[in-house]
Amino acid sequence: MDKQIPLTPALLAQALSGKRLLEDEVPIPQACFQVLRSTKQLIPIPAIENNKGAAKCTRCGNTAMHYFSEYSCGICQKTHLYCRNCIQMGRISECKPLYSWNGAEARWPVHANPLTWEGQLTPAQSRAAAHLEQAVNEIIPSYLCWAVCGAGKTEMLFPAITAALKRGDRVALASPRVDVIRELLPRMRQAFQNITIEALYGGSEQRTGRSQLILATTHQLLRYYQAFDVLIIDEVDAFPYYLDRSLMYAAKQAVKKQATTLYLTATPRKNFRLQMKLGKLPHVFVPLRYHGHLLPVPKFKFSFYLTSQLTNKKLPHVLLKWLTQRKNPKRQLLLFVPEIVMAKELKEVISTSLLETNTIAAAEELEIVFAADQNREEKINQFREKKLHALITTTILERGVTFPSVDVVVLGAGHEVFNEAALVQIAGRAGRSADDPSGEVIFFHDGKTYAMEKARQMILDMNARGRKR
Amino acid sequence: MNICLYCYALLEKPLTWSNWLTIEANSVLCETCAAKLKIISGKRCEVCSRAWNGAICSDCQQWRQLGENIEGNYSIYYYNETMRDLITQWKFRGDYVLREVFRKDLQRAFEKQFASITPSIAAVPIPLSKNRMQERGFNQSLALAEMLDIPVKHALGRNSGEKQAKKNRKSRLKRGNPFFITEALQQPALIVDDIYTTGTTVRQAAQQLKLHGCPAVYSLTVARS
Repeated sequence: MDKQIPLTPALLAQALSGKRLLEDEVPIPQACFQVLRSTKQLIPIPAIENNKGAAKCTRCGNTAMHYFSEYSCGICQKTHLYCRNCIQMGRISECKPLYSWNGAEARWPVHANPLTWEGQLTPAQSRAAAHLEQAVNEIIPSYLCWAVCGAGKTEMLFPAITAALKRGDRVALASPRVDVIRELLPRMRQAFQNITIEALYGGSEQRTGRSQLILATTHQLLRYYQAFDVLIIDEVDAFPYYLDRSLMYAAKQAVKKQATTLYLTATPRKNFRLQMKLGKLPHVFVPLRYHGHLLPVPKFKFSFYLTSQLTNKKLPHVLLKWLTQRKNPKRQLLLFVPEIVMAKELKEVISTSLLETNTIAAAEELEIVFAADQNREEKINQFREKKLHALITTTILERGVTFPSVDVVVLGAGHEVFNEAALVQIAGRAGRSADDPSGEVIFFHDGKTYAMEKARQMILDMNARGRKR
Repeated sequence: MNICLYCYALLEKPLTWSNWLTIEANSVLCETCAAKLKIISGKRCEVCSRAWNGAICSDCQQWRQLGENIEGNYSIYYYNETMRDLITQWKFRGDYVLREVFRKDLQRAFEKQFASITPSIAAVPIPLSKNRMQERGFNQSLALAEMLDIPVKHALGRNSGEKQAKKNRKSRLKRGNPFFITEALQQPALIVDDIYTTGTTVRQAAQQLKLHGCPAVYSLTVARS
């Protein structure tokens, strides 16, 4: 929202409706802002509701007092409450109101035939896609699509999005993961070539916030208010969405009163599974991958001294043995470790062992990647282009990224960061392509955890359901 | 609830005899965050507090040739990555409460370095331009000065200009003096600010103060970059 927008009434409505913004986020000149304000087309609303000790941030819904703090204002010489929970998106305080649009309603073009994708859905995909489309057509408030890793969720969405665009709806696709949004943008642009699409995430370029189809990280939804007719939340079980109540609040606030929210996941968490069981959440289950093969089942390999070996920068013997006995040594290798520090420490010893076992030809074919890595995108791309042969990573690569042919290794799978959902997702990185549908998944551990057992059980269950089809 | 001001991690303190029997000030940061802020140790330049093997660093010798107008600067922390992020969060994002992170060390540094030399010293905050004030809603320099136990004098005003942090060293040094006097000070002044980078800001403020009768100008800054 950096660029100033052209000032026609229709464009103003498109840019400002469905949002609640701070004054400096409104992308118009000062004079114009004043006019809109005095003509009551922009209405100020209190950014923090403060009722004697019980405060609520209007933008992120925070009510926890320890996420509020005070500052003494240099402008009006008063002490104001401000919200620390959403401060990364600009400070919400009692001093400055949020502005919401009250002018003419925004109109979005009705498209007769928006889909420019020419691929074919598999039978399993089209069954699920039909359900999602129906949910949009009937404006069902919430609908869950439970599809295994690699089922081709994005393609399944196309009919539902098409249905919405045919009505002239506004659509948003949100994910907690920025990597997912980055990967989706070109695919969506390809599939809907005549629709205005933009991606919003921290540091994204060319923001106007007035496209009909918005791809955004779930944080960005905080700026929207009753904006979307259809909201799709991808990877709904991913960090930080499932832990952060303000993101759920944001998702609720961002949709219109009559709207459909579609949830997508490969690993629904407890609350969703419970709601499905109770029949409170309509859903569709897709147990097969798009290529029709079953999910690779993780193998557990025990190594008694694993934790101490890893802290002493040594690798367990079972790993070295496995490296020499891989079923298909041509596959690339993804190594998951629990902590960034460990990734850095182990790089050298892993590099030596991989060279010794001829897994990689040169030390340059191994890299590490982690969340705060500045070259993260570049390294992931290199791995995808097979310039890198092995990658050591933390849980950031657990989901949303696709590499055609990899073997997956988890070192220290018993660590607490590897919860059930994470392990299922990690296992789901293998066997993604139709050419090589069966990569190996090995969990090295020094003590099985419930998470590991449950993850394997979940995969076995999904495979059992897949076999029946 | 007791949580780390910066990373929101729960502060868990085991109960011991000493903290059960005595009143101990609560720490504001968790141990991990606190460990990332590094206090400047070892030899430092006598004038500007930069880590330096010798008496006076090359920059300060240059200032001397041009005509030095501050008595000295004292900085507390190294300006490392964590400090940069912390100050960004505090100053630019406006997370006012983060000043508490510096309170203890700022007071301690003041007691040690300045309290004994000049008992009649007054704190002078670096003023903000009107635009910046509109943006941030508070003056970070004043927020720091208020935490010291000495009178705060708003002796300076500021013409609006560009952001300091966006300029390089050369254009910073070349720029004209943006400060003017609003109240002449006849007592020693202590300029309190967040970062000392080239020292230009402090010296420009000091120049104005001294032109109008201030006998001595010291500076206390949180970080030395």
